[in-house]
Amino acid sequence: MEEMVNVYFYGKKYTVPAALTIQTAMEYAGYTLKRGVGCRHGFCGACATIYRIKGKNELKTGLACTTQVQEGMYITQIPYFPTDKRTYDINDLKANQQVMMELYPEIYSCIGCNACTKACPQSLKTMQYIAYAQRGDLKKCAEESFDCIMCGTCSVRCPAGISHPMVGLLARRLNGKYIEPEAKHLTKRVEEINNGDFDAAMAEMMAKPIDEVKDLYNNREIEK
Amino acid sequence: MYAPYNDSMMESVKKVEATRAARMATEPRRLTADEKDDLLSKFHPDYNNDSFDEIKVGPNKGQRAPIELAKMLHSTSRLVTDKVDLNKIDYDVDVLVIGGGGAGSSCAIEAHNAGANVMIVTKLRIGDANTMMAEGGIQAADKENDSPVQHYLDCFGGGHFAARPELVKRLVTEAPDAIKWLNELGVEFDKDTDGTMVTTHGGGTSRKRMHAAKDYSGAEIMRTLRDEVINLGIPVIEFTSAVELIKDDKGQVAGAVLLNMETGDYMVAKAKTVVIATGGAGRMHYNGFPTSNHYGATADGLVLGYRAGAPLLYQDSIQYHPTGAVYPSQILGALVTEKVRSVGAQLVNANGEAYIHPLETRDVNASGVIRECREGRGVDAPGGVQGVWLDTPMIEILGGEGTIEKRIPAMFRMYMNYGIDMRKVPILIYPTLHYQNGGLEINGDGFTNAIPNLLVAGEAAGGIHGTNRLMGNSLLDVIVFGRNAGKKAAAKYKEVTLGSLNIDHVASYDKELKDAGLETGEVSPMLLPKYARHER
Repeated sequence: MEEMVNVYFYGKKYTVPAALTIQTAMEYAGYTLKRGVGCRHGFCGACATIYRIKGKNELKTGLACTTQVQEGMYITQIPYFPTDKRTYDINDLKANQQVMMELYPEIYSCIGCNACTKACPQSLKTMQYIAYAQRGDLKKCAEESFDCIMCGTCSVRCPAGISHPMVGLLARRLNGKYIEPEAKHLTKRVEEINNGDFDAAMAEMMAKPIDEVKDLYNNREIEK
Repeated sequence: MYAPYNDSMMESVKKVEATRAARMATEPRRLTADEKDDLLSKFHPDYNNDSFDEIKVGPNKGQRAPIELAKMLHSTSRLVTDKVDLNKIDYDVDVLVIGGGGAGSSCAIEAHNAGANVMIVTKLRIGDANTMMAEGGIQAADKENDSPVQHYLDCFGGGHFAARPELVKRLVTEAPDAIKWLNELGVEFDKDTDGTMVTTHGGGTSRKRMHAAKDYSGAEIMRTLRDEVINLGIPVIEFTSAVELIKDDKGQVAGAVLLNMETGDYMVAKAKTVVIATGGAGRMHYNGFPTSNHYGATADGLVLGYRAGAPLLYQDSIQYHPTGAVYPSQILGALVTEKVRSVGAQLVNANGEAYIHPLETRDVNASGVIRECREGRGVDAPGGVQGVWLDTPMIEILGGEGTIEKRIPAMFRMYMNYGIDMRKVPILIYPTLHYQNGGLEINGDGFTNAIPNLLVAGEAAGGIHGTNRLMGNSLLDVIVFGRNAGKKAAAKYKEVTLGSLNIDHVASYDKELKDAGLETGEVSPMLLPKYARHER
């Protein structure tokens, strides 16, 4: 007999197999999900979920797709949360401390409660990357926030109303565009292609009889 | 304990550990062309005719398609019974992009930048797409020892010489510019301190040209593109699917009928050009396989394009990614990125043998896993599943301690969530349904030949990868062909004058179905997989 547990979706009790995730348990219960479901493998942040185990004080957060059900779980999903993304033209920005002050000034209202970090299903040091943003260390902010899936559970818990995922995203775009050194070999290759340097070789390859192409493919040297 | 494996699994792990040093001293031999053909014909699911049906109506009549896709092609349009007033136009745009993944977003950005009034409609949220889940990387020949011609050879050969040459040429030639474009939007590729891109091999590559952003490559690209779409103010109509294309009296595409997924209301979007960028089909679960795909991957674009008269190409060619998670059950079918093999892990059977080169092409390696399991060299796991080992501790030995957390943090996190420390123990894998190699047929410029002003981009398009796609060529394809579609649509709409709108093709297709005696009892496109359990 399959092990079963009792869980509560939006306060209503369902008995579901213990091996399921919150997401598959909802489907087992009969829900056809439209909101609160996405990649189903922990990459898209669509299924932010809040739950409490009956009798325990702590309010927990997680992704419905990667969190296994437990006995006595009271579950609600956060299919949408009004984070506040500021719009900008990335080409007009400069990678400095002022950019954060101008676009996301509320990060300076952080009270250091660390609720964002505790809420993160990716176990990121969320408060720490906000601290990096405050002091204009965009590279560090980008690094610490890199694994963010933008589910928004941090923002849900933030008493200062900070939209953490948006701050991290801005830092990463600035870091990727302005701070990380240019890939010179890439710039060079794009110029060569635009210059038509490979056109003749490509035309020659495409004009070859198929057997010759097969031969080239099957005997090509593979870089070690 | 580094993993909750049972005794029989642990016994096999000991064999893997016992042979590790010897295996690491030699590289497994590459198969010859004949050996690959033999392995594929015996074990690849595409060669199992029982999993295909004949298409009975439409442009590909008489050809085969996976049973589940054929069923959708043989099913009824919602608009046979539900009525929509095409005179009541809700949206009127130059370029309508159906789908908000990597291809749709790239397309919209380029169309917008070229001055078009462009709008995205997407069934779920923008960014809810297979692009978001792509882990391993994106190919581009930008190193000194590489060239677009070498990339062409790898892609064309890896796809069994079946790809459309003009599409491969565009893919490989525009690849470096695609990386540069992304980098300039702020995508953080893995680089050395001097800016040199860190590149590795993928299965079937002859040069190290796989660019990555750790193992969140697709997520990093997708969240940046999404941010840019929002910054540019491009309208995105979320939770809204296209259920049929609209044509005009000249037979040109003229928009789409939309369905609000939450209210059930229909709307009409009129457009001078339409881009189908609806992605893949993993959630159709061809052959009963689990899938690595997004919840929304239900081949919708194929169905509505086909019903309007656009032919499919290689609709019977499916990619099973060799390394899907098979244990524990909570992550069944989840992608274990090919990058795990790029950075050193071997495929090892129950006896501890590295039975194949880990970087053969995906179809070959998937067939290899299936062979090992069928011939009794697989590992049994709880739940009646089987798989072979991916020897991940090798990565730490080869690259030094910490390599796994640095290069493949998503994989590390996914397994640690279930108490499996992949730095210490191998992980169990089996092929998972990953990609549709085929799709709607397009010409070299991304347009369908059958329906004027209709373009297709991304996984919904067929012919770019022949009958097998290489790792890192899909992220590339969505960017290259997405951007291309945006530019081409923005140039095209200026010449288009639309006549009166109709969906007459819906009724005529329905008549064809009835004449062929087809009644599946289903409506299509599917839109959402039927996972809700209703039996009690």
